[in-house]
Amino acid sequence: MSDAAISGSGSTLVDDWSADKQAYHVPWGKAMMWIFLVSDTFIFTCFLTGYLHVRLSTTEPWPLQSEIFALSFGGDPIPLILIAIMTFILITSSGTMALAVNFGYRKDKVKTFWFMVATACLGASFVGMQAFEWSKLILEEGVRPWGNPFGAAQFGSVFFMITGFHGLHVTAGVIYLLTVAFKVKKGHYDKKGYEIVEIAGLYWHFVDLVWVFIFAFFYLL
Amino acid sequence: MSSEAGQQHPLGIYYKIWILLFVLSSFSYAVDYFNVQGGMRWGLVLLFMALKAGFIVAIFMHVVWERMALVLTILGPPVVLLLLIGFMSVEGFYTSGARYQYMGHDPNAVALTPADLHGGGHGEEGEHAEEEAH
Repeated sequence: MSDAAISGSGSTLVDDWSADKQAYHVPWGKAMMWIFLVSDTFIFTCFLTGYLHVRLSTTEPWPLQSEIFALSFGGDPIPLILIAIMTFILITSSGTMALAVNFGYRKDKVKTFWFMVATACLGASFVGMQAFEWSKLILEEGVRPWGNPFGAAQFGSVFFMITGFHGLHVTAGVIYLLTVAFKVKKGHYDKKGYEIVEIAGLYWHFVDLVWVFIFAFFYLL
Repeated sequence: MSSEAGQQHPLGIYYKIWILLFVLSSFSYAVDYFNVQGGMRWGLVLLFMALKAGFIVAIFMHVVWERMALVLTILGPPVVLLLLIGFMSVEGFYTSGARYQYMGHDPNAVALTPADLHGGGHGEEGEHAEEEAH
């Protein structure tokens, strides 16, 4: 096999791994964030696979998410409406975060700061809605981690564990984003460069990504 | 594009993907709103989910512009998770099958809804019965 056979993007792969030096040509913080996100992927997938298994193996009927998460604004309950609003809020925040990263690399400190603050506010409102959803389920519907009045007891444990762990990630993300945003405003990264905004953005997009899977598997299917 | 120069791309692509994510989310929600059931529901929900996840990872997280060494580090390891999911679904189906067969559980049992418990309106048990039965 000659060198000519290795071409295109594959050649950078071989170069990067065989060069006997740094393999990832990105700032170390970004490589570390990616390693963390890959490990977090494993955690969330284990949770979702656990959910898959208890839902398949239980012989009790699985509660109907569409009706449990319905919300009424005066009239007939609209199925899953709160979850849909939360989904749109998280997507909006992903968009504002992408813009913050972009303005960071343009060294536009004011816009970067405000887009990050907007992202954090949207994240905080997501957590607020989740708190509302939890209290409604606990207080009005009597859902507990060990049982609920609708059907399979595992519904409660899966719900609290998965949405709780995701909510913790969003909360941590809000704190992280605000910290970085205020450091950006103070000019902390003028010399270091603005990769940190992209790294924080990776974390935030990951939180949105996890929600895409939770929305599909837990709420829709 | 080398990532050493930072991941800077035209704003237009972010706006386009942003709008696309909104549209795909609306489609997912519409599947539930119009009460699509059965294989069609699974197919549509999983399709929209995969597209949304793909666009977030590729564009918002810039993976499409990264070097292959990093891309494979990110996307390679999670592939083994498919194996876990496959094993656990086989095992789950086996367990519930054995329970229905030998322990006398009712495969056609239907979950209660908030309407059943709080009175007011009647649930749509009939429509959901097939979906809930494994």
